[in-house]
Amino acid sequence: MEQPALLEMRNITKEFPGVKALDGVSLTVRPGTVHALMGENGAGKSTLMKCLFGIYAKNAGTIVLDGKEVDFKSSKEALENGVAMVHQELNQALTRSVMDNLWLGRYPKVAGLMVSESVMRKRTREIFEELDVHVDPKAIMSTLPVSQRQMVEIAKAVSYNAKIIVFDEPTSSLTEAEVEHLFRIINMLKERGCGIIYISHKMDEILRISDEVTIMRDGQWVATRHAKDLTMEEIIKLMVGRELTNRFPPKDNKPGEVILEVEHLAGKYTRLKDASFQLRKGEVLGIAGLDGSGRTEVLENLFGAMTKESGTIRLHGKEIKNKTPREAIKNGFALLTEERRATGIFGIRDIKENTVISNLKSYLAGGFCLSDKKMKEDTDWAIQAMHIKTPSQSTQIRSLSGGNQQKVIIGRWLLTKPEVLLLDEPTRGIDVGAKYEIYQLILDLAKEGKGVIMVSSEMPELLGICDRILVMSGGVLAGEVDARNTSQEEILTLAAKYV
Amino acid sequence: MNQETNVQEKEARVRQPWTAQRVGDILLNNALLIIMAIAVVYIAIKNPNFIKPASLINILSQTAAYLPAALGIGGCIVLTGTDLSAGRAVGITACISASLLQNAANMANKMWPQIGTLPIPVVIVLAMLIGAAIGCFNGFFVAKFKLHPFIVTLGTQLILYTVLLLYVQQGNNKGMAISNLDPSYTGFVKGSLFSIGGTPIPNYVLFAIVLTAVMWFVWNKTTFGKNMFALGSNEEAARVSGVNVFGVTVGVFALAGAMYGFTGFIEGARIGSNTANTGLNYELDAIAACVIGGVSFVGGIGKIRGIVIGVVMLRLIFVGLTMVGVPQDLQYLIKGAIILFACALDMRKYLVKK
Repeated sequence: MEQPALLEMRNITKEFPGVKALDGVSLTVRPGTVHALMGENGAGKSTLMKCLFGIYAKNAGTIVLDGKEVDFKSSKEALENGVAMVHQELNQALTRSVMDNLWLGRYPKVAGLMVSESVMRKRTREIFEELDVHVDPKAIMSTLPVSQRQMVEIAKAVSYNAKIIVFDEPTSSLTEAEVEHLFRIINMLKERGCGIIYISHKMDEILRISDEVTIMRDGQWVATRHAKDLTMEEIIKLMVGRELTNRFPPKDNKPGEVILEVEHLAGKYTRLKDASFQLRKGEVLGIAGLDGSGRTEVLENLFGAMTKESGTIRLHGKEIKNKTPREAIKNGFALLTEERRATGIFGIRDIKENTVISNLKSYLAGGFCLSDKKMKEDTDWAIQAMHIKTPSQSTQIRSLSGGNQQKVIIGRWLLTKPEVLLLDEPTRGIDVGAKYEIYQLILDLAKEGKGVIMVSSEMPELLGICDRILVMSGGVLAGEVDARNTSQEEILTLAAKYV
Repeated sequence: MNQETNVQEKEARVRQPWTAQRVGDILLNNALLIIMAIAVVYIAIKNPNFIKPASLINILSQTAAYLPAALGIGGCIVLTGTDLSAGRAVGITACISASLLQNAANMANKMWPQIGTLPIPVVIVLAMLIGAAIGCFNGFFVAKFKLHPFIVTLGTQLILYTVLLLYVQQGNNKGMAISNLDPSYTGFVKGSLFSIGGTPIPNYVLFAIVLTAVMWFVWNKTTFGKNMFALGSNEEAARVSGVNVFGVTVGVFALAGAMYGFTGFIEGARIGSNTANTGLNYELDAIAACVIGGVSFVGGIGKIRGIVIGVVMLRLIFVGLTMVGVPQDLQYLIKGAIILFACALDMRKYLVKK
């Protein structure tokens, strides 16, 4: 017998000017269960949660919490009524201490207005002990690694003693061990009778941790099923709305001669200690490893975005320095950065400017005046060649979906006619359908004879489209495997070699 | 467990070898204090009067006069903002304080002959309330319309100047300097309860000490203070944690305004002859003191101690340079150089090398 619902959201509708972000979505969460919320980016999952949490005001629908109808006007009200949320973006006051962040908005007081540091410290210790989190309460947030900051955020949500806790993509920056830790915490919360709403793109996590799954598409409710009755393929089918038979396009690139040789590359201020490898023409070379193993550092040191301590780089047998990104671009390198929003796009500028920004020199007419016509032509080319879905060239890039933003940036780099493409998590935060298109683009580039180095946290993706995979561990290149005859286990063993 | 790690960390720090790099870092991180010490020693050798009580108390008094406004503006900077209206707010409150505390014995020179000399506490409260109202106005526009404080307070600064120009033409004043102050007023501010080495210490030094203590308490020990830092560090995080962002923003500006009001009350008596130009550019000195003292424009970072050091340093340089005969013209260059140097050093701490 199923228990009565702890939270019922009925027919929630939310309209933004010109868009219906949510159209009559319903969601029921029972106590002591994990309810997964799935859907492609832009399906409306986060919007639904923001309506629950009082960040957005819903246009229609009712929310019933514990038998009472509620309509939170602010996050404060939601928190006070037992609804807490671990936000997708780490929303933290980085210059402040761990415990200042933990109790922000509800500092324990003495005499009405004084904050009691000792009570804060004590309660922080208690919660960390209960959850087995090992973080110094007095440490300044910005000095902690992202995964620890995420654990603090999780501890914070738990500390509200909430009945409903929303986890919005909590594992994107956690290591395997930390994900296990999180699951232990979630199981503990389940035993206490909390209702958990869990948003994630990671299918295996969803199938493991959740009791029920609700799938959304284009702001609409699609299905709610018991997790044990679902398979990965079914979820994808429901999310995408069509059969997605192959997650990866056929691999038909042919690696040729060596174009790039890297020897004993090491970073001056960063954790990259030693990496030597070669890249062939027309090859997709993957880099695997845990978060913090030095994967990104390999790319950014190659590209000159980080300062090198030592090491030699040879392109076509000729030694190059790549001291700065400018120099690297001149030498035919291109880097798609890991954090698209922070270091990839120029959010409020339009598609055209975002496309031509790295290639401005070639649009100079008469030496100083930029030719608008040429820039438009090139942008048109990028929109067509990359299959970018955009209303026009003058659309602000931040209004596009993550996948389309990524395609704009790839288009930007292709205009510079690079020989070596460095792609750092090219499909992060991109929905399933768009991922396929990105994979296709990567393989097409390899077929055209470019060398591609690609960092990814998603092992199936590396195995699916790379030729060889380098595995980083503790800042050192721990090994190299052939993507055709290796396994996730082999890669994980290498990744743990120097941890 | 955590205490253990703390102890271990401390031990690790102690055990660190004294490499050239580490010595260099320590020197750079304390460069400002070191330079100040060298300057003091140099000036003292060149002109021994510099370290006599009279001169030291002069520096102390000047610091006390400029400190409250800097303490107020510090909060605005912690919120990643600034306040350009501070100087005019000081001007208005100085003129109002002075006009309400003129000597009733000399009716002819009194701006408001029909009002007697008001009790001093009433005027202090009034000046601080007027300042706070100006701050609320600023804070409202910043919090409600999400305008950058630079723009809001630029507007307020201009508006206030007109208000100030109109005010000094009211009553019997007709745009003249407001002087003829009541002895009780000047005595309350400039008089002295005790002296060091024969030199009296003016009362406003004591007021500044009390205000500094109060502000330290507000910044470090109250919910309001912690919310202010959190807001300056990450507004969205504060909002989703249930902090009243609007209230805290308005509060920080209002508190700053109250500080300008108090400064106005002090300046009214200290200057003695107040015009529409009283308080001009005070905000720039206050902002300079804050950034020299490490209150970062990045937001969410700053200490009361730093602001005090910043104000002291500016005054020390001015007094000191005058005493060794550096011409006034050159002093601005030196002040500018110190601001650039201090901020460049400060940024060093927050830059992550890649």
